[in-house]
Amino acid sequence: MHMADALLSPAVGTTLWAGTAAVTGYASKKLKREIDDRMIPLMGVLGAFIFAAQMINFTIPGTGSSGHLGGGMILAILLGPHAAFLVMASVLTVQALFFADGGLLALGCNIWNLGVYPCYLVYSLIYKPWVGESKNPGRILVASIMSVVVALQLGAFSVVMETLLSGKSELPFSTFVLMMQPIHLAIGIVEGFVTAGVINYVRSARPEILESIAVSRPLGAEVSLKKVMMTFAVLAVITGGALSWFASTNPDGLEWSIEKVTGKGELPEQEHGIAAALKGFQEKTAFLPDYGFKPAGSESKKEDASPSWPGIEAGASVSGIIGAAIVLGTIVLIGMGIRVVRRRQG
Amino acid sequence: MTFDEKYFDIGRLDRLSYRDTCVHHLDPRAKVIATMLFLITVISFPKYEVVALAPFFLFPVLLMTLGEIPVRFIVKKVIAVSPFAIFIGIFNPFLDIRPVAVILGVPISGGWLSFLSIILKFALTVSAALLLIATTSFPGVCHALRRLGFPALFVSQLLFLYRYLFVLMEEAMRIIRAREMRSFGSRGTGVKVFVRLIGILFLRAVDRAERIYYAMLSRGFQGDIPDLKRSRIAFRDLGFMAMTIAFLAVFRFFPITERIGRVAQELFR
Repeated sequence: MHMADALLSPAVGTTLWAGTAAVTGYASKKLKREIDDRMIPLMGVLGAFIFAAQMINFTIPGTGSSGHLGGGMILAILLGPHAAFLVMASVLTVQALFFADGGLLALGCNIWNLGVYPCYLVYSLIYKPWVGESKNPGRILVASIMSVVVALQLGAFSVVMETLLSGKSELPFSTFVLMMQPIHLAIGIVEGFVTAGVINYVRSARPEILESIAVSRPLGAEVSLKKVMMTFAVLAVITGGALSWFASTNPDGLEWSIEKVTGKGELPEQEHGIAAALKGFQEKTAFLPDYGFKPAGSESKKEDASPSWPGIEAGASVSGIIGAAIVLGTIVLIGMGIRVVRRRQG
Repeated sequence: MTFDEKYFDIGRLDRLSYRDTCVHHLDPRAKVIATMLFLITVISFPKYEVVALAPFFLFPVLLMTLGEIPVRFIVKKVIAVSPFAIFIGIFNPFLDIRPVAVILGVPISGGWLSFLSIILKFALTVSAALLLIATTSFPGVCHALRRLGFPALFVSQLLFLYRYLFVLMEEAMRIIRAREMRSFGSRGTGVKVFVRLIGILFLRAVDRAERIYYAMLSRGFQGDIPDLKRSRIAFRDLGFMAMTIAFLAVFRFFPITERIGRVAQELFR
């Protein structure tokens, strides 16, 4: 469930990068003040652990398909929110860089979806109040499943919102939500079982390890209510903005999607709210769309006024294709030329 | 992708980053900034833009050829991660069926254009990210991030993660092999055994972290991993940045591809 660069608009990508960077700075600052140095190697090695653990598959009972671990919740429970968030952020960074899972611009979204929700919101609002210092395996099981499910639902819903706000995909809101949420409900339940299993196993096998982590972990690691409220305020702004966009474009999500599937609605109203703001941003980035580059006789091929409508008419599009073919051919030639020269030298 | 393949892929990307070419010699900061600018520029194109994206392939192609990175390796990796973007994008042609162009008598709908646009942007952004690692090395990127203002603590444990990634992955590989030896068919691959395996792996990781910490303490660790290389921004780094910015600006703001096409059309008319 990694967001991809290609589906993002710059506005959404940079907004979530800013949010993620702020949380990373906050977590680092918190940790630096409150922990001892032994946490740093521990966090790094546990990040590598998450990686290694994700490579071991298991068979999901009853389905025959295989799943693997996400890991955010296990870390939050064992390390506390700040350290867990930083470890998740680094795991996702390595994934973005080495496997190109998602991408560098989408990294902000991915850390937000898979790091902020489990480590900060869900851990401090659901798991921590529910389990506390209790060692009851049944309670840990129920709380783990709940937490993982909620975290994954929030994450999946954010993927939907980020994609739709970027406006690159045509998927209607309701279809997309119906696609994303149920599958992540199933994944969440399975992962909840695994999370509880690992915690209970570690607790029964080597209780002293958990205690030693708890000692080196900051005592006041619990996020204060004020911080949680602030996070919620940020979330509310994001979802509120998004929802008002949908509310303004269509009174009924289902109606809208049906209209779209049948291809009847032209959706001129889409130029409202956030979508319009994003378009405006794009318009501004394209402030010299055809400055001095129009041949004298091509007035008829002039681009449309609407920025979302690039005016691809028959004539313009043919010259576009020819141009693209020439440019791509040149690039391939340049690349091959450099290769040949290199080989001669070597 | 099987486990072994994934493991050796990371190793290969890592080895590529220790080559000795002009791209590898550029300052990591310059490459990180240039890559980010490239990504933002590519992503900032409107949804239906296809043609103007073509020139941007020059950036990855130059990095790839000047940096002597095998093309097939990068292409394979791009294809390996493409399913999500394709899965989301493939709905566009079915949902956005307004014809916007007629090419050789075949009407093309807006959905196909935006789908093609997503695919092109995907190929550009993913290859740029992979090439950043392949030409800079992960520690290089980490230290660059640190100099660009990322928190030291975050960067330190990112470096730790990287250092122990290979160790723990080999450990996981041994665990998987042991499980496969002992299990027949799907026996032993269920959740119960999985939880035990993960638990063991976790305990070993914690023990290892403890040993590492004491080893580092005895070598003077004070909670920070300094960069031993004192690299400075050289003239060629500034030149590289300036060229990248100029290239991005020109091809972002002027419809050069279409213009070339028009000239070619006039020539052959």
